[in-house]
Amino acid sequence: MHIKPSPSRVVFNIINGILLTIVTLLGVIPFIHLLAVSLSSNSAAVAGQVSLWPVEFTWDAYIYLSQKVEFFRSLWVSVQRVFIGTILSMLLVILTAYPLSRETTVFKQRTAYVWFFVITMFFGGGLIPTYMVIRSTGLLDTIWALVIPGALNVWNMVMLLNFFRNTPKDLDEAALMDGAGHLSLLFRIYLPISLPAIATILLFTIIGHWNAWFDGILYMNSPDNYPLQTYLSTLISTSNRESISVDELASMASYGEKTLRTAQIFMGALPIMAVYPFLQQYFVKGITVGSVKG
Amino acid sequence: MSNTAQTQPATVVKPRSSKRVSTFPLHLMLIPGVIVTLIYAYGPMFGLVMAFQKYVPTKGFLGSKWVGFKNFEYIFHMPDFYQVLWNTLIIAVLKIIFGLLVPLILALLLQEVAKNWIVRTIQTSVFLPYFLSWTILAGVIFEIFSLNGPVNSLIASMGSDPIMFMGDKNWFRGILIGSDVWKGMGYNMILYLAAIIGINPNLYEAAEIDGAGRWKQVIHITLPGIAPIIVLLATLSLGSVLNAGFEQILLLYNPLVYESADVIDTLVYRMGLIDQQFSPAAAFGLFKSVVSVVLVSISYYMAYRFTNYRIF
Repeated sequence: MHIKPSPSRVVFNIINGILLTIVTLLGVIPFIHLLAVSLSSNSAAVAGQVSLWPVEFTWDAYIYLSQKVEFFRSLWVSVQRVFIGTILSMLLVILTAYPLSRETTVFKQRTAYVWFFVITMFFGGGLIPTYMVIRSTGLLDTIWALVIPGALNVWNMVMLLNFFRNTPKDLDEAALMDGAGHLSLLFRIYLPISLPAIATILLFTIIGHWNAWFDGILYMNSPDNYPLQTYLSTLISTSNRESISVDELASMASYGEKTLRTAQIFMGALPIMAVYPFLQQYFVKGITVGSVKG
Repeated sequence: MSNTAQTQPATVVKPRSSKRVSTFPLHLMLIPGVIVTLIYAYGPMFGLVMAFQKYVPTKGFLGSKWVGFKNFEYIFHMPDFYQVLWNTLIIAVLKIIFGLLVPLILALLLQEVAKNWIVRTIQTSVFLPYFLSWTILAGVIFEIFSLNGPVNSLIASMGSDPIMFMGDKNWFRGILIGSDVWKGMGYNMILYLAAIIGINPNLYEAAEIDGAGRWKQVIHITLPGIAPIIVLLATLSLGSVLNAGFEQILLLYNPLVYESADVIDTLVYRMGLIDQQFSPAAAFGLFKSVVSVVLVSISYYMAYRFTNYRIF
């Protein structure tokens, strides 16, 4: 595609460049601002003097943060949650996807099982009945309430199932005839072949657990058990208040610990911002493979 | 289907018994998934009986009194029922429309950029908010739109009065829709870009030889080329017209903006878990689920008819 740049093309390129620059900045600037506020003095932050560079630079907020028990306690809950939840999820997704990827000729009940799982993608009990079930199974206020109910992500499972089905069948014919069982077939042949798909699902699962906050509000009675994002939501959200007046809302803006709050939000975002650029290709692959099938 | 042809000789060599034994581990592998799904996905579905009861937690699903459709009558006669329904629809529909259009325009603009590394940088930046939780994003939004935040400083520098974005029912919906597009646009943009890459480059060369300019090429080649994915995304989104974005609204809203931003999910949450009206809240949830499942079925059927899309 070689065309000599016509004057109209040059104009277009300039406007296009400006537009795309603005859009690109929209993705990054809010977080730079957040960082700048957290590194400014509280008075400058409250007065709204900070834009993209710290005003009256200070580490104060981060020094306070390093002594903030609630922050680290909830961080620890989050770490546990990500570990336990991810291991559990991956195990369930893999163990479920494999049998359902067998042909109906080999595994007659496959179709019934698939429907059993897929129905739950389209219909659910909703917030209140789910809460009641989790309460009656005794998970309230334990970390298990955050990792067990959603452990089998049907969407991920179907994605992996489709991936398994598209791998060549000659291998497992041979392996089965050699007397290998399904488990060794799954772990020795299918998993190694499916590493790209597994990596994508793994990343989405980790991020999902790290980002989840509402189940913490719902199922944890004690703030001691809040994961990080849930704890952060209590710093931010006003919706738990019974009533709020205009004055109150206005005064929230001049709330004393503004830089501390900002620092905590920034730290909550930092792990993802730090690793995301390097892992982006997996996400892109996962999205294009997972949602656009011919 | 070549599979059946291959298994036939195998059955001849080895008697049937080996095959029957071999499906047992498959059932075994499914047990954990089946148990979790039964309890935590099907359990709540059976729990929906509470929508037809006067549910008392201490009496449970079996002991609570049956009241038929009383809870539904109650919610349909609630003073803000129609307002909440309308809020849900308008917020969800606007999110869908802008959520499809903005990334489309971005993808088309991005396609005109020649340098690969620039494209990748833009993509990385645009895609970032998608991976952050609504908690973080809500924190950022509160900060940016606060009374003395950057946006209001900008407005003040132009000589206007500051605007209380988060407490003004006229502005609030715009914030919801705008921030949702901001969070989600990277995702759809990547889908569009992937579709654009799939277009046969010969078409563009042929068009150029015929004297078609860039604009004509976009209209006659790029857009028709990605029409299937646009139709697919639009169709599938039909199923979410009652999902206005629960987490986002719950974090951002406050009583000052209930009138324009209270949606089904947030009302169900407040009714059920804050006011403890379990049964009416469950009834409201059931109402939403039933409508949604009908819409989702229609949308998947249409997606299958239009673009041959299947999930499995």
